[in-house]
Amino acid sequence: MTKAATPSDGKRLTVIEAGRANREYFEDLWRFRELFFILVWRDLLIRYKQAALGLAWTLLKPLLTALVFALVFGKLVKIPSGGMPHAPFIYAALVPWLFFASSIAESSTSLASHSALISKVYFPRLLIPLVATCVALIDMLIALALLVPMLVVFGVEPSWRLLALIPLTLLTAALAFGLGAWSAALHVRYRDTGIVLPFVLQFGLYLSPVIFPSDLVPWPWRVLYSLNPMVGVIEGFRWASFPDQAVHASAIATSVMAAGLFLFFGLRYFRGIERDLADVI
Amino acid sequence: MSTALSVRNLSKRYRIKHGGERGYHTLRDEIASGFGRLVGRAAPRRETVEEFWAVEDASFEIKTGERVGIIGRNGAGKSTLLKMLSKIVEPTRGRIEIHGRLSSLLEVGTGFHSELTGRENVFLNGAILGMPREETLRKFEEIVAFAGVERFIDTPVKHYSSGMYMRLAFAVAANLDPDILLIDEVLAVGDLAFQQKCLGKIESITNAGRTVLFVSHNLGSVSSLCSSAMLMDAGRIVAIGDVPGVVMKYYRDGASSPAAFDLSDGRRPVGNHHARLLAGRVVDGSGAPSMEVDISHDTTLEMEFEILDSHPGPFIPNFHFHTSDGTVAFVSVDTTRNVSSPGRYLSRCEIPGNLLNEGTYFVGLGLTTFSTGVTVHFFEPGAVSFNVRDPIENVASRGDWGGAMPGSVRPNLAWTTERIS
Repeated sequence: MTKAATPSDGKRLTVIEAGRANREYFEDLWRFRELFFILVWRDLLIRYKQAALGLAWTLLKPLLTALVFALVFGKLVKIPSGGMPHAPFIYAALVPWLFFASSIAESSTSLASHSALISKVYFPRLLIPLVATCVALIDMLIALALLVPMLVVFGVEPSWRLLALIPLTLLTAALAFGLGAWSAALHVRYRDTGIVLPFVLQFGLYLSPVIFPSDLVPWPWRVLYSLNPMVGVIEGFRWASFPDQAVHASAIATSVMAAGLFLFFGLRYFRGIERDLADVI
Repeated sequence: MSTALSVRNLSKRYRIKHGGERGYHTLRDEIASGFGRLVGRAAPRRETVEEFWAVEDASFEIKTGERVGIIGRNGAGKSTLLKMLSKIVEPTRGRIEIHGRLSSLLEVGTGFHSELTGRENVFLNGAILGMPREETLRKFEEIVAFAGVERFIDTPVKHYSSGMYMRLAFAVAANLDPDILLIDEVLAVGDLAFQQKCLGKIESITNAGRTVLFVSHNLGSVSSLCSSAMLMDAGRIVAIGDVPGVVMKYYRDGASSPAAFDLSDGRRPVGNHHARLLAGRVVDGSGAPSMEVDISHDTTLEMEFEILDSHPGPFIPNFHFHTSDGTVAFVSVDTTRNVSSPGRYLSRCEIPGNLLNEGTYFVGLGLTTFSTGVTVHFFEPGAVSFNVRDPIENVASRGDWGGAMPGSVRPNLAWTTERIS
């Protein structure tokens, strides 16, 4: 193959070769950042245009869910909450859980719902699940802002530990994005992912310590239980919100490792299907 | 002149699976077959994989400022080539070099969202097409003025008429300002006036030194828009050169019969919710489709269409005849006013022998109502074409002159010449 002469007019030279897009992929991801922001802005705009309640809905969903859970599991079933008031106890866990679950659910169908765009224009396809994760993250931050006033209302004194919510949120986002990209790619290859996934996420709510404290699980099973990466995240959120809540370093470490693995394998699988995405979608 | 685009040995292979009922897998299948293998009873897969090269060994070079039309019948590889050039699909082999900024318009209005306003969609669409935000901001007034939607720019586009929607979508694309522009059939939409405006805009884009690649099955617009043409057949480039030469080769190869088309399978719907174009044909005296027409014989143009729901006023079928250089020969309109209720219709229009001159004619097929303002239900420019042939036996109209006769009509008129002194 001959090497073309360097352009004399100073215009940018783009070379397309089989396999070449790989090398420039992350550079391209940066070049298309404007499209990323615009797609996030579009999704938020559309949502708040279509819903009459708008912003309030983003707050009402976790708030009402937490209050119902607190009523049913706290007052009726009397599941222990480590001496914490039930409503903020559940809310502090529900906020990261809802972000995690809705982010994965949105990401998983995101490629399919952007098929028109994918078959007509070029951009790094990873932007699509990234946008879905980011929109879910914005919702979560809005819901998270309500946590502090809620703690105050229920007589819990907020402490400096609340600052730990920043890295914990990033950890949740990494977990959600890794799994989201993975499930988006799986959904393209296996269409019944769309049926299985909501079911799995439904289970996940009860497999994660959202409505009960994680130390309710007896000790030898705890190790196995901590393999659920959301255990570490949720323990972390509770530790940051309340005094005298234990957090297990091993659980956090598991979550961090899981995030790394999900990102690595999720992105690798995604890149694998991306190559001929426009042809199969 | 410098090179804008250089393509070397470009190939794209697709694998088609036969035997599977679906084009995709399910987790259920995968788990079942995995379990089958595990217990050693794996059923032999009946799937066979067939390879096919959508584009094979394409090499060409395009100079800056050239307007190249890519023609070929369906499945010749035109769109795959364009998709590789625009990075949507990755080539299996080969190399593409692009000098400067390339924008591709495989569709007008990609990413438009009906809930968003015109203004919001301009920014969204601009970003999707790769226009930086400052540039969109700078060109905003121009885009809105070109589309002529100033008053509705803050209205959600779901309230736009389809014409306004298309105009706004095209206006964003037309103001992209790339060095190289790839266009796929986008002009085959909208009404005739808007198509003319788009063609004019594209011509002014090219005059500013830009390079255009234009994929179309419509030889009429390729003839009028492009400075050279490229013919593809079965994934290969079979001819590159000046437009008339390549167009004639396309005809001679007979790979496709431009004299007839059939859209009744609905894969490429042409029309709106009132009416749909189904088929078009050029037929000779025996009723068989024919692209070669004898200059002295009668020829009939047929159009099949379906009226889907009632619309006030009769639907008027109309045929637009263009010569290969894009000039209008004439327009003929159905005067029977028979079409108003839903159903399938066949319109026939007879062109008498000894009317058209020899040469190639492209016929645009349209259906319009005039009762509530002019509504174009569909207009397919250059949908069929035919070649009027002069076997030189026809001395009646040419006298003893053996060369080409100028003009687009060549009637046998009544002449009298007598000696008056």
